[in-house]
Amino acid sequence: MSASSAKLDHDGKAAASDATQQFISFRLGDEEYAIDIMAVREIKGWTSTTTLPNQPEFILGVLNLRGTIVPIFDLRCRFGMGLTNATTTHVVIIVSVLDRIMGLLVDAVSDILTINRNEIQAVPEMDRTVSAEFLSGIITVKDSMVVLLSLENLFNRETVAGAEAAAA
Amino acid sequence: MADLAPGGDEYAQFRTTFFEECTELLADLEQRLDQMQSNVAQAEELNAVFRAVHSIKAGAGAFKFIRLVEFCHSFEAVLDKLRSGRIAQDDRISAVLVRASDVLAALVEAAQANRTVAEGFGADVAEELQMILNEAGDAIAASPALFAGGQGPNADALKLARRTFQIKFKPHAELFRHANEPLLLVRELKQLGEVVAECDISRLPALPSLDPDDAYLSWTFRVVTDCTRSVVADVFEFVNEDCDLEIEALSESTGGSQATAATAHDRAASTAGASMEPAQAELAESKRPVGGSSIRVDLARIDRLVNMVGELVITQAMLAERISDQSGGQGHQLIQGQEDLALHTRELQECVMAIRMQPVKSVFARMPRMVREIAAKLNKKVRLITSGEQTEVDKTVIEELADPLTHMIRNSVDHGIEDPATRRANGKSEEGTIELSAVHRGGNILIQVTDDGAGIDRGRLLKKAIDRGLIASAANPTDEEIDNLIFAAGLSTAEQVTDVSGRGVGMDVVRRNISDLGGRIQVQSIAGKGTRFTLILPLTLAVLDGMLVAVGKEKYILPLTSILESIRPERNQVRALAGGGEVVSIRGEFIRLIYLYRIFDVPGAITEPWAGLIVLVETDSGAKVGIVVDELIGQQQVVIKSLQTNFDRVAGISGATILGNGKVALILDLDQLFGLTERSAPQANGRIGRESSTPPLVETEAAAPDC
Repeated sequence: MSASSAKLDHDGKAAASDATQQFISFRLGDEEYAIDIMAVREIKGWTSTTTLPNQPEFILGVLNLRGTIVPIFDLRCRFGMGLTNATTTHVVIIVSVLDRIMGLLVDAVSDILTINRNEIQAVPEMDRTVSAEFLSGIITVKDSMVVLLSLENLFNRETVAGAEAAAA
Repeated sequence: MADLAPGGDEYAQFRTTFFEECTELLADLEQRLDQMQSNVAQAEELNAVFRAVHSIKAGAGAFKFIRLVEFCHSFEAVLDKLRSGRIAQDDRISAVLVRASDVLAALVEAAQANRTVAEGFGADVAEELQMILNEAGDAIAASPALFAGGQGPNADALKLARRTFQIKFKPHAELFRHANEPLLLVRELKQLGEVVAECDISRLPALPSLDPDDAYLSWTFRVVTDCTRSVVADVFEFVNEDCDLEIEALSESTGGSQATAATAHDRAASTAGASMEPAQAELAESKRPVGGSSIRVDLARIDRLVNMVGELVITQAMLAERISDQSGGQGHQLIQGQEDLALHTRELQECVMAIRMQPVKSVFARMPRMVREIAAKLNKKVRLITSGEQTEVDKTVIEELADPLTHMIRNSVDHGIEDPATRRANGKSEEGTIELSAVHRGGNILIQVTDDGAGIDRGRLLKKAIDRGLIASAANPTDEEIDNLIFAAGLSTAEQVTDVSGRGVGMDVVRRNISDLGGRIQVQSIAGKGTRFTLILPLTLAVLDGMLVAVGKEKYILPLTSILESIRPERNQVRALAGGGEVVSIRGEFIRLIYLYRIFDVPGAITEPWAGLIVLVETDSGAKVGIVVDELIGQQQVVIKSLQTNFDRVAGISGATILGNGKVALILDLDQLFGLTERSAPQANGRIGRESSTPPLVETEAAAPDC
C-alpha cells in the first residue's frame, strides 16, 4: 500500500487529490477486487494465448500486444479458485508492474473508484497464507466489500516462486 | 564563449561525444600501431597516428584531464619526431608506442569513469618516451616545431624570416560539439609567436535569444612568427571542418583596421536574423564533401527503427494471410499489390538491418596486442594472421563476440602453441602461427581460429574427464567426442594453472556465449598439427530463419541452421531402450528421440514417430537428436522477441515470435531441450535455467531449478 501511494504522491499527476486515490475494480466470481489505476495500461477482451510449457497453472501463456509479448495470468486460479473457463466476454487488464507488462484475466471490470485514503482499512491479521501477502487493504463501496490488491507483491518474484512451490 | 563551465547538459553531452570519439580514435591508433610493429610506417600512417593522439589531447585539454594531456603530450612529441624523421623507427620504439597506447587507453577509461589513476601509473612508459626524445637530441619541446608533413602542400618546410599571418577564424557550432575549444587554439598559436587577437562580437544576440549551443563569436588573429604558413595552418588542423578559416600572409605594415573591416564585410549579409545564420551555414557546410560520407547515429534510434520494421514485416505477413484467405481467386490486383508490398517490406528490412552491420575489424583489431602480450609472458613466439576483417555482422553480434574470441585466442596461445624448444624438437618453426579469419557463409558468419600447435591431447583430456566423472571410465568415445570434451565445464588440459588460463573455466563459457548468440562452435584437431575452432554465427540477432512445426495445437519454431533433415521412420526403426529413452535408427546410426509433446506437456499431439515426423537436428555439442513433431508447416524468417522482457526465462525456449496470424509462437532452444530430457541424468546440466544476467565469461555454478 505504502508503495503505491508513494508513487502517486511522487507522480503528482493523479486525477485524485492527495487525500484520495483511484482504483479500477473488477469481478472474480462473486468477489470484487481493485487495483491502483495508475498501473493499468489498457483493458481488452480475452483472446486465446500461446501456452508456455512447464509453467504454473495460473500462467495462461503469452499473447501479442501490438508486437510486445505479454504473459497472461489467470487471477482466479492465482487465488486458488480454479481455472477460469475464459470466453470472449472475459476481460484482460493489461498492467505495468515492476517494469514489466502483463495481463490479468478477470471476469469483468466493474468501476473506477475514487477512495479517500482514510477509508482504506488494513487487512485483519489472519492466518498468513501466500495469498494474503498481496492484499493491501479493504474498502467498503455501496455496502459491499472490495479488496485492494498490491500488484507489486503479487508479481514479486519470490511470491510467484512461492505460489509455484505451493502449486507443485 | 571560452568558458565551458562544467555542469549543465551540454557539458555532459560534449563529454559523451569526447569519449565516444576517444574510443574510436584509440581503436584506430591501436590498429595502426600494430601495423607499425611489422612495417616501418609511412608518413601517412604516422600522420594518422599523430592526429589520433593529438585529437585526444585536444579534447582532454578542454575537459581539463590533466594527466591525459600530459601523457598525450609526450606521446605526441615522440610521434612528431618520428614523422619529421628526426628519429628512426625501430623495434624498441614501436614497442614503446604500443605500450603508450595501452597507457593512453587506461587513462581515457579512468577519465571517463571519473577515477583518479595511481600516481605512478604509466610513469615508466612516459619515461621511456622521454628517453627516446632525449636521445633524439632535445627534451619535449612545447612547440610542434617545424616538420615536413609528407602531404604535398605541407611540404614547404622552408624556414623563413619572421612574417605576419592574419587568420580569420569563425568557429561553427559543430566545433564545440566536437569538444574543441578556441582558447586552446589561441594558446597553441601563441607558442608560434606573438599573437594579437580581435574578437568579433557583432553576431552576439541579446541574452534572451542566445542559444548556448550555438557559436556566435569569431576572431581575427595576427601572428608574428618565423614559422611557415603550413605550421600555422596545422594549429587549426583538427577544426578545419568546423570553422571558416582564412590564413593570409601580411606584410609588417598591414594595419588591424583593414582586418576588422574585412570581418565586418563577411558578416554584413547576416546582420538580420542572427539565429537563422548558423543553420544556413551548416547547410552550406553539409554540401561540402566531408571526409567519407557517414553520419553518427545513436544506436537506440537504429534499434527503434529495426523494431518498427520488424513490426511492419509481421503486419505485412498478417495482411497477406488475410488477403489470400478472403479474396478466393478474385481480387487479382489486390494480390499483386500485396506481393509488391511483401517484396518492398523485405527489402526495407534488409536495408535497415544493413545499417547495423559493421566489419568484424573492431574485434579482430584487439587481438594482435593480446597475442603479443601473452606470448611474451609465456616466452613463446606467436604470429597472428588475420583475414576477412571487413566481413560484416550485426553490431549486437560484434559486441557479444569480443569475449569468446578473446578467450579462444588466449587458449590457442597458451595451450595450442608449444614453446619454441618443443616446436624445434618436433621439426616445426619456432614461431607458432594462429590464423583468425572471418567469411560469410550463407546467412551466417564463419569465424575460424586455427593454430599450428600440438593439437588436443586426447589421452589426457579423456583421463581428466573420467577422473571428474564426466564420462564413464568404460566409455569408448570417438576422437570427435573427446575433442568436444574441452567444452565441458571444469576441464582444463593445462598442466599448471597460470594467470593466463588453466582453471577450466573457459571453453564451456565460450560455447555458452556462442549458443546465446544463436551460433555454434566446432573443434577439429590433428595431433601434432594443430587445432581449429570454427564459430558459426547468425549475421543478426534480430531475425532468424526458422522452421515452423506443429505439435498438437501448438506451433514452435526450430532454428533452421540446426536442422539436418526430417524423416518419417518405419515403425521398426524406433526402439525403446531400458531406462525410458527411445532411439531411432537412421542409416545405421542410433539417434535419441525427444518428444516435444512430452517435455512440453502438449495435449492432442501425435505420439508415434511413424505417424508424425522426426526432425533431425544437431546440437552445439555436435550430438544429433531427433525431435518428434506432428508436422512441418513451413520455413519462414521470424523476428525474434524476448520472453524475458515481461516474463522469466522458460526452459527449452530461447524466445518468441509473432506469426502472420498475430499469434505468438515459441522459438525452441535445442541445447536446452537436450538438457531437459537429461534431467534425471547424474550430471545436472548447468545450462538449464541459467540467468540471462550472468555476465559473459563469468562462471556461476547455477543450480538447475526444477522446471
